[in-house]
Amino acid sequence: MIKDTVKKALQELFPVPEPVVEETPPAETAEGEKTDAKKKPKKEEPRVNGVLERDYNACGYHLDVQLDPSELLAAVLILDKAEFFIESITGVDWIKENQLEVVYDFSRYDFDLCRVVIRTRTPRTEPKVPTISKIFSGANWHERETHDFFGIKFEGHPHLIPLLLPEDADFHPLLKDFKP
Amino acid sequence: MSAPIHIQPGETFTLNVGPQHPATHGVLRVKLEMDGEYIVHSETVLGYIHRMHELMGENRTYPQVLPNLSRMDYLGALGYTHGHVLAIERAAGIEVPERAEYIRAITVELNRIASHLFWFGAFVMDLGGFTPLMYAIEDREYILDILERVTGSRLTYCYYRFGGLYNDIDDEFVPATKALIPRMRESLKKYDALVTGNIILQKRLKDIGPLSKELCRKYGATGPVARGSGIDFDVRKNEPYSVYPEFDFDVPVYHECDSFARYKVRMDEMEQSLRIIEQGLEKLPDGPIMPEKKPKLIKPPAGDYYQAVETARGSFGIRIVSDGGKNAYRFKLRSPTYSNMHLFDEACEGMLIMDALALMGSLDLVIPEIDR
Repeated sequence: MIKDTVKKALQELFPVPEPVVEETPPAETAEGEKTDAKKKPKKEEPRVNGVLERDYNACGYHLDVQLDPSELLAAVLILDKAEFFIESITGVDWIKENQLEVVYDFSRYDFDLCRVVIRTRTPRTEPKVPTISKIFSGANWHERETHDFFGIKFEGHPHLIPLLLPEDADFHPLLKDFKP
Repeated sequence: MSAPIHIQPGETFTLNVGPQHPATHGVLRVKLEMDGEYIVHSETVLGYIHRMHELMGENRTYPQVLPNLSRMDYLGALGYTHGHVLAIERAAGIEVPERAEYIRAITVELNRIASHLFWFGAFVMDLGGFTPLMYAIEDREYILDILERVTGSRLTYCYYRFGGLYNDIDDEFVPATKALIPRMRESLKKYDALVTGNIILQKRLKDIGPLSKELCRKYGATGPVARGSGIDFDVRKNEPYSVYPEFDFDVPVYHECDSFARYKVRMDEMEQSLRIIEQGLEKLPDGPIMPEKKPKLIKPPAGDYYQAVETARGSFGIRIVSDGGKNAYRFKLRSPTYSNMHLFDEACEGMLIMDALALMGSLDLVIPEIDR
């Protein structure tokens, strides 16, 4: 199973082999939903870096990796070696935590289904993430799009100019504090 | 009068294809650096029809976003709305009655054939043959009539609802669809005789625009583009969803990697879609089209959800980041042509411009879907 080998390889990136945090999969039934909503006020701890195994049926991917931007290239190289292809790059603005998150989706062409999600967070004031377009050429446009919408600077990107927005655009419309 | 331009040997000039150009099928612009008839460098310029569906997805409640998805890809809209409803159903844990899933699969496949038919006509027209478009449009009209009867629209369908469908099929849907199947099979034979064997078409497509397996992987190409390069990847098979595991169908794969392989993949896919429709009509169960118990207000629990579906153009993915509210916190659309178009810049270098346009046509571009 590719999932186990990739998981093992990715876990080696994290210095102390921390105990894998078992997260309860999101409640599926309508009943569970209600109790979940009522319990909400409890503040959630920020997630520690590491590899999590997720319930595919509930959320649509198998491995969920969170890491620092500095470790991103090493993780992507592991996936490149294991013949994953890049699906997309998503930016998310967590304004309350004053952070921007970049989510990388990877999947496979063969029947050994394994979707890997890599997340990395960067401060909102000076968002910087290394580019992975040198490993996956297809990341080029995805990174330009994320730069358009969130203003995240992808260091080392060969051509970081607006892609979908006008060429002189200096605004980032998907930031939560964007005012048109 | 401007002075005549003299170009020295080895000197390059810039050629703009688009944004208003029939070969780009919409408002796509490609900046080509040319050395005579050969392309030295290409840069695609996007954004001419960018409408920011992702921000609309954040500002509206989940049901309000439903019509947006069909505005992304005007040729194969049902596949995209299918992905959307499946994503929300996964996130909010809504059960879908079996009959609704079967009708969804049948209508998506009908839409896939309609989309491929239009591509077929437009692609052959790109290469200089006008007549096949007329035949293709005629067949496509027949499918649009069937879909109009159940969905209420001809192009931008908004037929699926979270948990089921907007309305049930009527008495005429099944006989009309059943009549379509032999008619389409005849047409496919006709296209084969009329176009596929045509020597001009073969000379224009065979060994033209090679896309290697590795190139497809690096760019994340999916759908017929990947399958024409020998990659056996179809989300319906690799990551089964809906009722597709119930159907017996094949995934056409060609290993030639050229434009002709991509042409053949799509032509074969129409036959496979017909097989799915045939089996779907046979197995179509009775029952409700909406679940009995459904939350009035769709509020998925906080989390991050991903759903991929196979549309006519490839793997369409939708990521929903929910904070537990009635709007999505982040609404990300991964469109297949975005990745498929991206590899054009690298693939067309060193090609003749007429071959590059044949390659572009074989990618099956729908520009609103790239720009979103």
